[in-house]
Amino acid sequence: MTAFIDIVLSGIFHAAVLFLLAGGLQLVFGVQKIVNLSCGAFYALGAYFGITFVNFSIQQGASPSYLLALILLAGTLIGLVGPLIERLLRLVYQREEGFQLLLTFAIMLVLEDLIRMIWGATPMTLGNISMVYGKLNFASTTLPVYKALVIGSSILLALALGWMLQRTNFGRIVRATAENRRMSEALGVNGVWINVAIFTLGTMLGTLGGALVVPTSAASLDMISEVVVEAFAVVVIGGLGSMRGALVGALIVGLLRAFAVYAYAELEFLLIYLIVILVLIIKPSGLYGKAAE
Amino acid sequence: MTLKFKLIIVFCLALLCSTPWILSPYYMTLLLPAVAYSIILLGFNLLFGYTGLLSFGHAMYVALGAYTVAILTSRVGIKSMELNILGAALVCFLISIPIGLLCVRYVRIFFGMLTLAFGMLFHSILFKFYDLTGGDSGIKVIRPNLFGVDLSQMDKTNFLIGPFFYYSIGLMVILAFVMWRIVHSPLGLHLQSIRDNPRKAEYLGVKVHRFRLIAFVISAVYGGIGGALLVVPVGLADPELAYWTQSGNIVFMTIFGGFNNFFGPIIGAFAFIGLKDQIVSQTQYWRLVLGLVLILLVVFLPGGIMGLFKTKKTAARSQEIS
Repeated sequence: MTAFIDIVLSGIFHAAVLFLLAGGLQLVFGVQKIVNLSCGAFYALGAYFGITFVNFSIQQGASPSYLLALILLAGTLIGLVGPLIERLLRLVYQREEGFQLLLTFAIMLVLEDLIRMIWGATPMTLGNISMVYGKLNFASTTLPVYKALVIGSSILLALALGWMLQRTNFGRIVRATAENRRMSEALGVNGVWINVAIFTLGTMLGTLGGALVVPTSAASLDMISEVVVEAFAVVVIGGLGSMRGALVGALIVGLLRAFAVYAYAELEFLLIYLIVILVLIIKPSGLYGKAAE
Repeated sequence: MTLKFKLIIVFCLALLCSTPWILSPYYMTLLLPAVAYSIILLGFNLLFGYTGLLSFGHAMYVALGAYTVAILTSRVGIKSMELNILGAALVCFLISIPIGLLCVRYVRIFFGMLTLAFGMLFHSILFKFYDLTGGDSGIKVIRPNLFGVDLSQMDKTNFLIGPFFYYSIGLMVILAFVMWRIVHSPLGLHLQSIRDNPRKAEYLGVKVHRFRLIAFVISAVYGGIGGALLVVPVGLADPELAYWTQSGNIVFMTIFGGFNNFFGPIIGAFAFIGLKDQIVSQTQYWRLVLGLVLILLVVFLPGGIMGLFKTKKTAARSQEIS
């Protein structure tokens, strides 16, 4: 029973981080119709910048107990690179999907080396700092409070996103633009601005995900291409462009991975890809996506 | 094909064949993967350039070919390169049929994602099933015999830049000729009509799925043969070959050379490998430079290197299509 709860908790933690990343992908795909392969680089950027930001703040005398706030701030700040990247993507909105995909692949290569230039190639960690919050006794097992806080932050962010998209005027405009860009522009929506805002928001979700995960594990250059395929699995299972799909997909992938690692480590990714393929074959639009052409 | 064009090809081939006397052994070892990639990209472009399907998992077939050679030479003990190449082609043929049947029902982004998922599935099999595939340490490749001649006593560099180099070029010429015939046959016309307007093609009686499948399988077989040639100089088949970023590089090279042109992929393979070597020797941040090159290509020169030489006539034609 203890093992079972452990697995579920680690799965949910993983899902919480994956949801942020995949949510960013979904937003950008929904509005700009681009599958952003460089999202893994944003994730790594958030992780590395999080380390630097937290270390710097603590040197300046901030108490380690502000860790969560510092991490959230770092993730948000570095997400502001979004508009720069969007400016580049703007050049290919009218082009074929292959070229769009390739451009985001190129951006990933560039960002990967920029990270290597700034932070070096050796993996970095924040040490034991996340234990500043102590541990939580949960049923017969323990959970570091920091992980619980990450899960909580992710849930809050999901709720905030849902509220924004469903209840605010901005959200209505975003959904209308995702539905029919030409019509919404004809009705006076500033499409250029929506693109910038949504892409920046998507980038921020990715950098926040990376920043939130870094106190519990190392930041490395390998995470860039690894996390892309995981986020991609989430998006495919959930359905391209759907936020609810991102949530359900992240839970499926997070929990499956946790169970597979426990039961039979060889299956870890195999299982995920098998499910991705199954979903694509049976229902290519995913669980919550719109029907494919 | 005009006489002038034929002469250019003969000249380029003669130049390539005389490189062992011109270039240092170091540059010769760069030409070997370029020749192998030429074959891979010729196949890839049948799918991408001619049929309009962008696969993001093509590295899978390269790795399949490479692992077939590794297993045949070091585990089964079959040393004949011809049998190894046939084996690689056969394995890719057999595996690409079921995968192709599933993939060709989709186009655009869904096709790309499905091929990416299959590629990563294969990568994780290579990576995790240690007993079968050697895990992350891969499988060694033992030097094969060419045309039944045992060359295992030869010095490695002399073997690679001598017999093996000409063997690779010979294979490339044969496969390029076959591909030329394919794209200029009714089959090639079918594929191009599917690319330009699948619905209309179907209306005119083209069996869209079947022809997409044929293109898929042919490109997989070319990938496997290229992988077989690629792995002999390296001497090791490892899972990295199947990783999705390798598939990204294959797309990169094809765009670099120009996917609108039959010879674009070959140019792309040589140019990419040469450029990468130059950048790597200058700076450790080669991804940055290559990424910037790719950004410039995508934005300003989608026709690739061959797009620079485009005549007015073909420019007008591609304008019409786009």
